[in-house]
Amino acid sequence: MKLTVWTYEGPPHVGAMRVATAMKGLHYVLHAPQGDTYADLLFTMIERRNHRPPVSYTTFQARDLGADTATLFKASCQDAVDRFDPEAIIVGASCTAELIQDDPAGLAETMGLSIPVIPLELPSYSRKENFGADETFYQIVKSLAKPQDRTKRVTCNILGPTALGFRARDDVEELTGLLSDMGIDVNVAAPLNATPTDIARLPAAHFNVLLSPETGEAAARFLEKNHDQPYTKVVPIGVGATRDFIAEVAKITGVTGRPDESRLRMPWWSRSVDSTYLTGKRVFIFGDGTHVAAHARIARDEMGFEVVGVGCYNREMARPIRALAKEYGVEALITDDYLEVEAAIEKLSPEMILGTQMERHIGKRLGIPCAVISAPVHVQDFPARYSPQVGFEGANVIFDTLIHPLVMGLEEHLLTMFRDDFEFHDDAGPSHHGGKAKAKVEDAPVEQVQPQNDNVIWLSDAEKELKKIPFFVRGKARRNTETFAQEKGLHEISLDTLYEAKAHYAR
Amino acid sequence: MNVPLPPTNGGCRTAPVLKERGQREVFCGLTGIIWLHRKMQDAFFLVVGSRTCAHLLQSAAGVMIFAEPRFGTAILEEQDLAGMADAHVELDREVEKLLARRPDIRQLFLVGSCPSEVIKIDLARAAERLSQVHAPHVRVLNYSGSGIETTFTEGEDACLASMVPVLKDTTARELLVVGALPDVVEDQMVSLLTDMGIGPIRLLPARRIDDTTAVGENTVFALTQPFLGDTHAALERRGARHLAAPFPFGDEGTTAWLRTIAAEFGVSEETFEAVTAAPRARARKAIAQAAEALRGKSVFFFPDSQLEIPLARFLTRECGMTAVEVGSPYIHDALHGPDLDLLPAGPQISEGQDVDKQLERARAARPDLTVCGLGLANPLEAEGLSTKWAIELVFTPVHFYEQAGDLAGLFSRPLRRKAVLQMEAAE
Repeated sequence: MKLTVWTYEGPPHVGAMRVATAMKGLHYVLHAPQGDTYADLLFTMIERRNHRPPVSYTTFQARDLGADTATLFKASCQDAVDRFDPEAIIVGASCTAELIQDDPAGLAETMGLSIPVIPLELPSYSRKENFGADETFYQIVKSLAKPQDRTKRVTCNILGPTALGFRARDDVEELTGLLSDMGIDVNVAAPLNATPTDIARLPAAHFNVLLSPETGEAAARFLEKNHDQPYTKVVPIGVGATRDFIAEVAKITGVTGRPDESRLRMPWWSRSVDSTYLTGKRVFIFGDGTHVAAHARIARDEMGFEVVGVGCYNREMARPIRALAKEYGVEALITDDYLEVEAAIEKLSPEMILGTQMERHIGKRLGIPCAVISAPVHVQDFPARYSPQVGFEGANVIFDTLIHPLVMGLEEHLLTMFRDDFEFHDDAGPSHHGGKAKAKVEDAPVEQVQPQNDNVIWLSDAEKELKKIPFFVRGKARRNTETFAQEKGLHEISLDTLYEAKAHYAR
Repeated sequence: MNVPLPPTNGGCRTAPVLKERGQREVFCGLTGIIWLHRKMQDAFFLVVGSRTCAHLLQSAAGVMIFAEPRFGTAILEEQDLAGMADAHVELDREVEKLLARRPDIRQLFLVGSCPSEVIKIDLARAAERLSQVHAPHVRVLNYSGSGIETTFTEGEDACLASMVPVLKDTTARELLVVGALPDVVEDQMVSLLTDMGIGPIRLLPARRIDDTTAVGENTVFALTQPFLGDTHAALERRGARHLAAPFPFGDEGTTAWLRTIAAEFGVSEETFEAVTAAPRARARKAIAQAAEALRGKSVFFFPDSQLEIPLARFLTRECGMTAVEVGSPYIHDALHGPDLDLLPAGPQISEGQDVDKQLERARAARPDLTVCGLGLANPLEAEGLSTKWAIELVFTPVHFYEQAGDLAGLFSRPLRRKAVLQMEAAE
């Protein structure tokens, strides 16, 4: 047993739902107790879907336990086929049904349905959501993909975008445009918006673009092995990665078309003088492996940040993230325990966090700005506006996303310059809220500084000076100074200690 | 004068109930934790379950999960399923760690889930054992919030029922008010009853464990929530007597609820009038304003919380709506009877669910307003039906006089919104 409050990933059957809901003409019959339908609202609320997920639940209750549940499963299967008339169904068990051993696969096979029945084995007590999506998509592809001739034109499939995928909707569109610029058509993008018939057509493409390794890699490997389709290894998130991706596609296909870069604004934005202050901003990056790897490169090579820590919650990506951490000279944090993530962030005191919804809240608690770069995400990260992550427009979107939580260069400069100004002090409040600045009362008693560490005392001069530091870096200055004092064995922090610490940590 | 008159065409108490079984689009009882832990300030709810349970709580708790909440899930792993022997050792260790980290916790609920019930982990025995280990500082209790046994608000019922056997004995004649209410609503209720001279008033659940809630043969109890069937039975087993009344929604419901208690405690008509006249007038005025958009409109309830019947009574009698179908996950005559008596005959009363068939009925009826869960709300909106998502009715203060206008407002807002949104070209 393991005590958990937050979970980065749901159970594997939610991954299967992400594939089923992404597709059209496919139905999922899930052997599950009453209550597991809660997962429907992830799709209808977070993703704001305008239809119910194509999932039938057996919703067994205590009184059904025993021989009855198998009958219940068969009835649900038949009912789903009659009612929704799908091209194919996938069948499986949720965590509780896994325990009562009804074998949905065997039961469905004996029913003699006229459509393909794809059984799923999703071990709920050892694997999680992403595995569930990857495995489900793989089983669907394995069952339905048919050997066939290649298309005349150079075409590819886009593999991996699912329902509840972080920016999957717009990534597919951006990627389709990028490939089209190169002269390559998309044969099928799957599972998002694909039908079982489309899945059958997958082997007609010349190669596969693996958009999301977390949810598409098993299918990509299967298609490579059985249908001789190579797949791309670079995920085109970031300017450099997109260019590498274009080169990789050119190498696979021999096409020489160049995508249009006229609307790529990110490199100039990043070079312009207002971005100078971004140099060396210390960032901590956490999320799913794919987005973390992509953002580490963007952070270091395209934004000029210093990456002080990377990590991921999906152990399937542990190896590449460890290798990445080594390359960046930092420690990799592979964990699905948010308390460990919080501890790591607290220890590193980064100036910015790139993470998931959980890190956004950790950042809020610790007063560190945060941008969301990976699932799990909340409703605000399924935006109405076009917001891809991949390709050149994706790079523009990411630049804006990363800098918005930070104080802009000029603003930061002014704040520092006028921090002692009588109407521009901490308590004045933001002027754009229409509030009148309260003039600073010069001889007001200085508020007692609460040391975070019991072993050190702040002398009043140092305390006063600390208050002059802008509020958004004051916490870090205080922590650094206290750590410094402790390392030096000092029990009191004087003005000198404060500035010695500042010099010590200067970069 | 204030006694609500039964509808002239007869009520719904003897109306035929459509009982259905099939796919249910409902929450399990674990969701009760989300509001219960806010109410019981020194309690921690430890679910013994799977990643699905943790994921459900996270999805239901939304943003609240980030405020170091007093609930969590001990997720069963493969080795826990392999052999039963060390499930208890594992649980003891996790509880030990938890209580060390949260010394402020005085009551710990081990909450059973579908997985823990199916593999039959004896949480009752674990609770007894852990109670002994951590006594006197922490009391450990157990109940099941599993989907196979409980639907949504029944989780609160199971929790409160688990507390009844350990309540202190008393021979005093006391009023016990049962059901978790938002603090502001609870305070209003206590003050109304106190002003009538009724007391002492005990609450279940109390805000903290040290509060002296006791029960005995002279206890009379009133329920503020219609989903407390097991708690009702457990209290009767302790000798307490139930005061059956309509539930305190709207002016009429609140007055009838208070009147039942006032009659039991011999409060005079003058006192009752003096205490209730002003808040009643306020409630009537507020309802009249908020219910303008509701008059003459039809409403269809999908089953969710067991609040459906009293709410249908409020909407039909006080807001001028007509009910098409009133679905409830369970109907208890002792609890829902008084409200069914007042609900004008006409609507289909249904118990249980086969969601696809029920959706077909809703589509055929095209109600003006459909009250349903979040899994159905957006899909139905996309089909052109106006919906009110039901969960909000459990979280929002809606009981008693001062909230009566807000309650009507919750239902009228979706209709008003539909009327104001104009996306077509103006021409």
